[in-house]
Amino acid sequence: MQDALFRHGTRLAAVAVGSVVLAILVALTVGAWPAIERFGVGFLGSASWNPVTEEFGALVPIYGTLVTSAIALLIAVPVSFGVALFITELAPGWLKRPVGTAIELLAAIPSIIYGMWGLFVFAPLFGEHVQPWLTERLAGLPGVGVLFDGPPMGIGVLTAGIILAVMVIPFIASVMRDVFEVVPAQLKESAYGLGATTWEVVWKVVLPYTRVGVIGGIMLGLGRALGETMAVTFVIGNAHELSASLFMPGNTISSILANEFTEAVGEIYLASLIYLGLILFGITFVVLAAAKLLLIRLGAREGRRA
Amino acid sequence: MLSPYRRRLVVNAFNLGVSVLMTLFGLFWLAWLLWTLLSQGLQWLGPHVFTASTPPPGEQGGLANAIVGSLLLTGFGVLIGAPLGLLAGTFLAEFGRASRLAAAVRFINDVLLSAPSILIGVFVYTVLVVPFGHFSGWAGAVALALIVVPVVVRTTEDMLKLVPDALREAAAALGAPYWKVVVAIVYRAALGGIMTGVLLAVARISGETAPLLFTALSNQFWSTDMSGPVANLPVVIFQFAMSPYEDWQHLAWAGALLITLAVLALNIVARVAFRRRKARQ
Amino acid sequence: MDEAREQIEAGARAEAAPAVAEVPNPKIVVRNLSFHYGRFQALHDISLSIPERQVTAFIGPSGCGKSTLLRCFNRIYELYPDQRASGEILLDGENILDRRQDLNLLRARVGMVFQKPTPFPMSIYDNIAFGVRLYERLSRAQMSERVEWALRKAALWDEVKDKLRQSGQQLSGGQQQRLCIARAIAVRPEVLLLDEPASALDPISTLRIEELIHELKSDYTIVIVTHNMQQAARVSDYTAFLYMGRLVEYSDTSTIFTNPRRRETEDYITGRYG
Repeated sequence: MQDALFRHGTRLAAVAVGSVVLAILVALTVGAWPAIERFGVGFLGSASWNPVTEEFGALVPIYGTLVTSAIALLIAVPVSFGVALFITELAPGWLKRPVGTAIELLAAIPSIIYGMWGLFVFAPLFGEHVQPWLTERLAGLPGVGVLFDGPPMGIGVLTAGIILAVMVIPFIASVMRDVFEVVPAQLKESAYGLGATTWEVVWKVVLPYTRVGVIGGIMLGLGRALGETMAVTFVIGNAHELSASLFMPGNTISSILANEFTEAVGEIYLASLIYLGLILFGITFVVLAAAKLLLIRLGAREGRRA
Repeated sequence: MLSPYRRRLVVNAFNLGVSVLMTLFGLFWLAWLLWTLLSQGLQWLGPHVFTASTPPPGEQGGLANAIVGSLLLTGFGVLIGAPLGLLAGTFLAEFGRASRLAAAVRFINDVLLSAPSILIGVFVYTVLVVPFGHFSGWAGAVALALIVVPVVVRTTEDMLKLVPDALREAAAALGAPYWKVVVAIVYRAALGGIMTGVLLAVARISGETAPLLFTALSNQFWSTDMSGPVANLPVVIFQFAMSPYEDWQHLAWAGALLITLAVLALNIVARVAFRRRKARQ
Repeated sequence: MDEAREQIEAGARAEAAPAVAEVPNPKIVVRNLSFHYGRFQALHDISLSIPERQVTAFIGPSGCGKSTLLRCFNRIYELYPDQRASGEILLDGENILDRRQDLNLLRARVGMVFQKPTPFPMSIYDNIAFGVRLYERLSRAQMSERVEWALRKAALWDEVKDKLRQSGQQLSGGQQQRLCIARAIAVRPEVLLLDEPASALDPISTLRIEELIHELKSDYTIVIVTHNMQQAARVSDYTAFLYMGRLVEYSDTSTIFTNPRRRETEDYITGRYG
C-alpha cells in the first residue's frame, strides 16, 4: 500500500519533470501567438525592430546569437582540447585534480560576474589595446578584413563572443576530459608500443576514438553559448543593427529579452519578444538534443564493447 | 632539413607546449576575474552593506534587503525544487530503470539541465506573473526551482545507481517494504552524493539573474513578502552595474564579490564533502 | 548404434527421474518449481523437501541454479521485474508462491545472508535494530537486550560490545558477515538462507562462520548454497546437487559424498567437471 504510494509518487514527479519542457513550449507558443499571427515566418527574415510602428523581426538577434556563439566556439574548442589534453595526458597526478577543479570553477562563477567584469575591466582594455591592433593588421585583408574594421569601442559582438568563449571552456573541457578518460588503456599502450609520441597517440588514436563524444561536448558548449544571457547583455551594446564588423554593437535573443522584456508595452511588442524566446528554445533544443543523442550513442558503443 | 623522426619529436613538443599554454590561458581568466573581484569588491565592502537597504542614487546604503531577498528566493527555490528532483531521480534509478518513460524523462531532464535560464524566466512570467498581474517572490522561487530540479534529478539518479543491489536485497530480505528499503537504506547510502548535488544546485541558483528579471523583479525596499516583488542580489547588481551612478556601481562590486565567494565556497564544500565520502568507501 | 542409444538414454535420465530422498519433518516442500530470467529458464521442475532444524546444502557448478533456487524461498527475485517462478513452495504447508502471500511478512520469517557482506551505512547497533523495528515495538532496554542476544548468537558480541555506535562498515570482512548473520537472526526468523556466506572471506573467518552454522542449527532451519564441496560436507546434514537448472540428486550428506547414486554427482564431487 505504502509501496504503491511511494512508487506512484516518484512516477508522478518524473512525469512532472518530463512535462516541464512541453509546458514551456506551450506557454511560449501561446504567449507569442499574436506576433506569430501578425508576422508569421517572415519574422525570421526581417531586420526591423520598431516599437513605435510595431514592426518587429528576428533577423538581427538571430544573427547576433549565431555569430557570438560561433566566435565563442572558435576560441573555446581549441583551448578546451588543450586543457583536456593537459589534464588527461600531461599533468602529473598531483596536478590533475587542482587544475580540473580550477577550470570547473570557471563554470561556477555566475554569469552576471562575467558581465560586470567584461563591461568594466575587459572591454576598456580590449578597446584600447587589442582592437586598434587588430584593425591595423587585419582590416586591410580581403574578405575577412571587414570583420575587424570598426570603431574600437571595447563593447560589441566580438567582445561578447570572447567572454562567451571563457564561459563555455569549462563545459567543453570537462566533457572532453571525461571521454578521453574512457579510452581503454590497452589502446593507448599499443600505440605507444609502436613508438608513437604523446601527440600522435592523442591526435590519431584518442581523438578518432572519442570523436562522437567530443562533438557531443562541443554541442553542449554551443547550447550554453546560444542561451547565455547576462554576460552578453552587459557587453554587446544592445543595438538593432546588422553590421559586418565584429566591433560594432549588436544583439542576441537573450540579451534583447533581458533588456526589453520588462519594459515592453503593447501586446505585439511583448508577443514578439516571446516569439524570440520560442525561436531560442527551438534552436537550443535541437542543439542540446543532438548533443545528448551523440553522447548516448557513444555510451551505447562503450556498453557494447564492455 | 629535419629527419622524419626529429620532425615528429618537434611536432610533439610543440603541440604539447601549446596544450600547456592553453591550460594556462584558461586559468589566467579565472585568476583575472577573481583578482578583479577582490580588488574592486573589497574596497567597497563594509558593515553598511549588510545593515542598510539599497539606497536611491547619491545616498549611502547597503544591500541588506537584497541579501535577505536572495536567501529567501534561494531557500524556497531549493525547498520546492529539491524534493521534486529527489522523487523523480528516485523513480529513474529505482523503478524506471529500463522503462520507456524513464528514458524519455532522462532525455528531457538532460536538455533542461542546459536550457537557457532566461527562457525559464519567460515561461514563469507567462504562467505565474501575467495571470496574477504582478511580479512576485513566489514566481522567482518557482523559476529557481525549475533550475534546481534537473540538477537534483541527475545527481540523485547517478548516486542511487552507485548503491549496490546487494544492499537493497539485504534490506528487503529482512522483510522491509521497498519504500523503506529506499528511504532508510539506499538514501542513506547515497546521502553524501545527493547532498553534493543539492549544494551544487544552490550554488548555481544563487547567482542566477536571468530567470529573476521577469519574475521576482527587484524591490528597492526591505520586503520579505513573497507575493510581491522581492529584492535580490543578482538583479540589484545588474541594475546598479548598468546604472550611471558611481555609488551604485560600487555596491554592485561589493555584491558581486559576496555572490562569487558564496558560490565558490558552496562548490568547494560540495566537492570536498563528496571526495571524503568516496574515500571512505 | 548401441553407443548412440546409450547417450540418448543418459540424456533422458539426466532430465527425468532425479534421485531424491525423502526427509523427516519437512519445513519447506518444493513442488515442480521452474524459474525464468526473462526468456531464459534457469530452473526446471525442481521438487525436494527441506528438513526442519537441519542444515541443507545446495551444491553444483557455477550457473547450475543453486543460488536461484535459494532466492525463491524468500522471493527476493521479485525486486527485478523480469524474473518469475512457477510451481509450488510450501512453507509449513502454505504455498509462498501464491500471489496473495505478503512478501515482507514472508521475508521476516525467512532470513537471508548474502555472498558479500552487506552492512547498512549505519551503526552496528542500528544495523541489528533496523530489521527488528520493522515488526516489533520494543523499549530501549528490550532492544538493547535483543541486539546483544543477536550479536552473541552470531559470536560477535565480544568483539564489538564496546563500539556498538561505530559504523558497521568499519568492521573487517569476517566481522561484517557475522554482523549480517546477527542482523538476520535478530528478527527471529524460522528459516535462514545463506548464499555462499563464506566465499568472500579468509580461511579463519570461514571457519568461524561454519562453527556458527553448526550452533544455529538447533534453532533454525538452514539452507546454504556453496561452491565449496568440503564446506558442504562439513556443515550440512542434507545435500542437493544441481546441474544445468535441474536437480540431479538429493540425499543425506554422507550418502551424496560416499555413495552417490547418479554418475553426474559422482563426477562432480570427484572433481571431474565443474
